[in-house]
Amino acid sequence: MKPRLVYVTVFVIAACGLGYELVAGSLASYLLGDSITQFSTAIGLYLFALGIGSFLSRFIERRLAERFIDIELAVAFAGGTSAAVLFIAFGNGAWFRPILYFEIVCVGTLVGLEIPLLMRMLKDEIEFKDLVSQVLTLDYVGALVVSLIFPLLFVPKLGLIRSALILGVANAAVALWSTWVFRSRLAAPAWPRARAAAVLIVLIAGMFTSEQLTRLGESQIYADEIVFAKNTPYQRIVITQNTAGFQLFLNGALQFSSADEYRYHEALVHPAMAAAKNPRRILVLGGGDGLAVREILKYNDIERVTLVDIDPAMTDLAREFEPLRKLNNSSLLDPRVELVHDDAMQWVAEANRIFDVIVADFPDPSSFSIGKLYTTRLYEKARAILAPDGAMVVQATSPLFARRSYWCIIKTIEAAGFNVRPYHAFVPSFGEWGYALAAPREFPVPNSTIPGLRHLDGPSMSALFQLPPDLGPIDAEPNRLNNQILVHYYEQEWHRWN
Amino acid sequence: MELSRRQALAAAGAYGLSLTFGAAACSTGRKRTPGSIAGPATARGHLLKEGAPLAPGAAEAAEIVIIGGGVAGLSAAWKLSNCNFNDFMLLDLEDAAGGTAISGTNETCSYPWGAHYVPVPTRDQRALCELLLEMRVVRGFDSSGRAVAAEEHICRAPEERLFYRGEWSEGLYLKPGASADDIKQFDRFESEMRALAGKRGRDGKRAFAIPMFHSSSDPEFRDLDRISMADWLAARNYNSPRLLWYVEYACRDDFGSYLRDVSAWAALHYYCSRLPDESSAPAAFLTWPEGNGRIVHYLSKNIKNRSRFGALALSVEPRPDAVRVVYHDFTSQTQREIIAKHVICATPQFITKRLVAGATDRNSFHYAPWLVANITLHSQPESRGFATAWDNVLYESDSLGYVVAKHQLDRRGPGDVWTWYRPFCDADAAAARTKLINYNFDELTDILSADLVRAHPDLADRLANVDFYKWGHGMVRPERGFLFGGARERAAAPIGNIHFAAADLGGLPLFEEAQWAGVRAAEEILAARGVSFTSSL
Ligand SMILES: Cc1cc2nc3c(=O)[nH]c(=O)nc-3n(C[C@H](O)[C@H](O)[C@H](O)COP(=O)(O)OP(=O)(O)OC[C@H]3O[C@@H](n4cnc5c(N)ncnc54)[C@H](O)[C@@H]3O)c2cc1C
Repeated sequence: MKPRLVYVTVFVIAACGLGYELVAGSLASYLLGDSITQFSTAIGLYLFALGIGSFLSRFIERRLAERFIDIELAVAFAGGTSAAVLFIAFGNGAWFRPILYFEIVCVGTLVGLEIPLLMRMLKDEIEFKDLVSQVLTLDYVGALVVSLIFPLLFVPKLGLIRSALILGVANAAVALWSTWVFRSRLAAPAWPRARAAAVLIVLIAGMFTSEQLTRLGESQIYADEIVFAKNTPYQRIVITQNTAGFQLFLNGALQFSSADEYRYHEALVHPAMAAAKNPRRILVLGGGDGLAVREILKYNDIERVTLVDIDPAMTDLAREFEPLRKLNNSSLLDPRVELVHDDAMQWVAEANRIFDVIVADFPDPSSFSIGKLYTTRLYEKARAILAPDGAMVVQATSPLFARRSYWCIIKTIEAAGFNVRPYHAFVPSFGEWGYALAAPREFPVPNSTIPGLRHLDGPSMSALFQLPPDLGPIDAEPNRLNNQILVHYYEQEWHRWN
Repeated sequence: MELSRRQALAAAGAYGLSLTFGAAACSTGRKRTPGSIAGPATARGHLLKEGAPLAPGAAEAAEIVIIGGGVAGLSAAWKLSNCNFNDFMLLDLEDAAGGTAISGTNETCSYPWGAHYVPVPTRDQRALCELLLEMRVVRGFDSSGRAVAAEEHICRAPEERLFYRGEWSEGLYLKPGASADDIKQFDRFESEMRALAGKRGRDGKRAFAIPMFHSSSDPEFRDLDRISMADWLAARNYNSPRLLWYVEYACRDDFGSYLRDVSAWAALHYYCSRLPDESSAPAAFLTWPEGNGRIVHYLSKNIKNRSRFGALALSVEPRPDAVRVVYHDFTSQTQREIIAKHVICATPQFITKRLVAGATDRNSFHYAPWLVANITLHSQPESRGFATAWDNVLYESDSLGYVVAKHQLDRRGPGDVWTWYRPFCDADAAAARTKLINYNFDELTDILSADLVRAHPDLADRLANVDFYKWGHGMVRPERGFLFGGARERAAAPIGNIHFAAADLGGLPLFEEAQWAGVRAAEEILAARGVSFTSSL
């Protein structure tokens, strides 16, 4: 056995050992926040576990080489999969902390066993003073190297899950090659060699499927299989699929389900088209999925539909993701449709064109950045670009689950100088859903629409405007930029249901 | 901020003076944050202190010269222009107008260097209402007499959040973990402030009015100037640490002073003056990414042709029926002389006392040093708890926290600029000033990171740039006994045809005071010249 070969081994296991520590620390602070506490707890615990490992090493007395290879494989597996396991655990919620600390202690203890065992194997071959000096030197150099590679290369290029897997691969490779280095000490090298190869293959396979692993983490949150997922600078877009069809989620909130979205979108678009006189120029705010536009394009006289959605990734998806493109009938590829990627508030404030119908189809006001799109400011600016005989419709969350939020939106639109008619529709995926139809003048309840709709005809459309008592008006303040009262109402109300 | 010229000046060591600013991207080997240190053109200011040789040129004649293009000087110019009196000239030693309300811009956003908000006024603040109506920031008035401002200019929600023990919570008063007694004291304090807001003196004037000139002279209230706010609170058995912190925060923020030094009248004025009566809600704030720089730009844009920058006034001497002004022109590096019919010294009193021959004693005006940092971020730092607000304050910190420049914008994009404020409230302002002036860039970054890292552990990774601004004489301090000791009135009285205007003459470092003083000085001159005008006061 050549000492030099052994030193390579020491170097790799030292580097990996520190690597797992960094993975655990980063994950803890990344997922739990409060970096300083999380990082130092993770590292403290890890160092302590190293001590446990060193202590336990004395109980291993025979067949050191075989035990060493077993431990290497255990480290490779436990450490390599640690990040993936923790991500999935985080998706699951409650047990995250215990699992995190358990992982840290396991990996730390195993890593703590490595160096003492290795030194004991070598003590007869190398003089003790050289052994200690060289092993410890390499231990620290390995640590330095990985502590540099980790932030510069691993995390930015590979992400945490894959970084951990790579470290695992390196540990498994050490195990495999140790079956040659220490072959004179192994009774039957073939058997450990086979195990090492198996672990290596599993980890390498993991590296290529880590995208799916991230999704596995999420599928604990989403009920159905995830078929598309993407992080954009504005939101996380996820599409899931089940036997009934597919569903779009933005930041974890359901936007539509292909099975019943027609109810939602017909109710959103057609009453406004009926209330406006001769609508030809239409503005859609939000609604990058193209489904509202699909309904609008059912009218023959449309000259132009302007769609303002902040996220290009969303409109790309609507145009290119086959199931969605089919669902929206290729609406965003229609030459009459103009796509704008901008903040809706800013765009409306600066626009100097007139529209006959404005459709405001934003996600629910669950944060201040979305809440601003439901303020008097937005509605005042919208009124300035709406034709006198035009109409605006606003999706207004559920009047059943978030009744005060719903009436707050109504009050806000009124405060901006509109006449408002509240109405609702039933969408199974959402439950009872609310809208506001608004115009800068008095207007009657719309009672006729184009033929061929699935959910609406004349009489059923006017029926939407009948609110049962449990959805009826309650007190609410108008939502303004400087109070964002709607976000507070919304949070309180949905809190009750979750 | 255009620093290049000042930096060049600094590098040349033009006047052999110790310079407090300059490019900081030099020296030492540690990982450094890109950035700079700036301050009022101190080298130029020093000329005034040390006296300079006067090279006489041909004297120019002028009707009115306004010295100082801060809010006070600009407001004097505004009033004169609005009365169609356009024959004036404004001098400022800096390269742009604004004084302590200047602002800057970079690729990310505009941001303030000093003053950053004005509370929505009430109808009786006539000059301010007139200006804001003209700017179309205010549209009318509600039934209580409060101005109704256009929504986009009002500070958006969430306005404030507070960091304590690893987490942010909403508002400026620390609610999480407050005991029943804490809450009781807080409620008692709030209702006492509301009651005081409605109070009037025996002369029928409001106890605490804004501008402070309109306040009652009833000793019942004026005597509050003789005790400190700390004593006032103690006398009323306010001892909840959270409440004391909350009130002291306001005093540090508005006056650069601790409770034990600040006049109780001034502190109460902060809480009471902006409530039109007992029943109304506290005034909302008007703010913009560039802070009060928005108003400065409005006021200065139409008088560009009558403004001279890089113009350091050296002396102002009364002459029979005229005033002689000597200034150093940094563009031509010559000294010039103007014979004006009237002069407005719109400079703070620590400068005025050196400018004006025979100016009465102004030594009781004291100023708090301030450090301001503009932190440019390429992405949002991590933060736990309540969402980012406009004003983000850290409990029990020496700093005042930071204001987010993009808070008022719809189109946020990546990155942001945070303006971080750190007043030096030490009783010995001169020592604090020296300490501040001597900090180098690394020391300043250390102070900044030590303050913010608890709330944003990853701040260092998000930083694109940090620029500091050292305000040696940031704002006047209403220390105990100062407001009604007579010094302000004496300093504000014209000397011959020399008139005085600056926020510090009101004793309170506020936009409203600066504007009022500027308009008042302009009206003094209009009246003296027999020009007919409608008063804005
Ligand atoms: C950090 C900071 C934050 C603040 N925040 C707020 C706030 O949020 N809201 C608020 O209302 N107030 C705030 N203030 C108070 C602010 O100072 C006043 O509101 C107001 O802007 C003062 O205006 P001024 O014209 O009286 O004086 P200054 O702003 O000091 O203006 C004086 C001007 O005179 C010029 N000058 C000086 N000497 C000479 C000379 N010899 N020759 C020619 N020109 C000269 C200067 O360059 C300057 O432009 C803040 C102040 C500071 C320092």
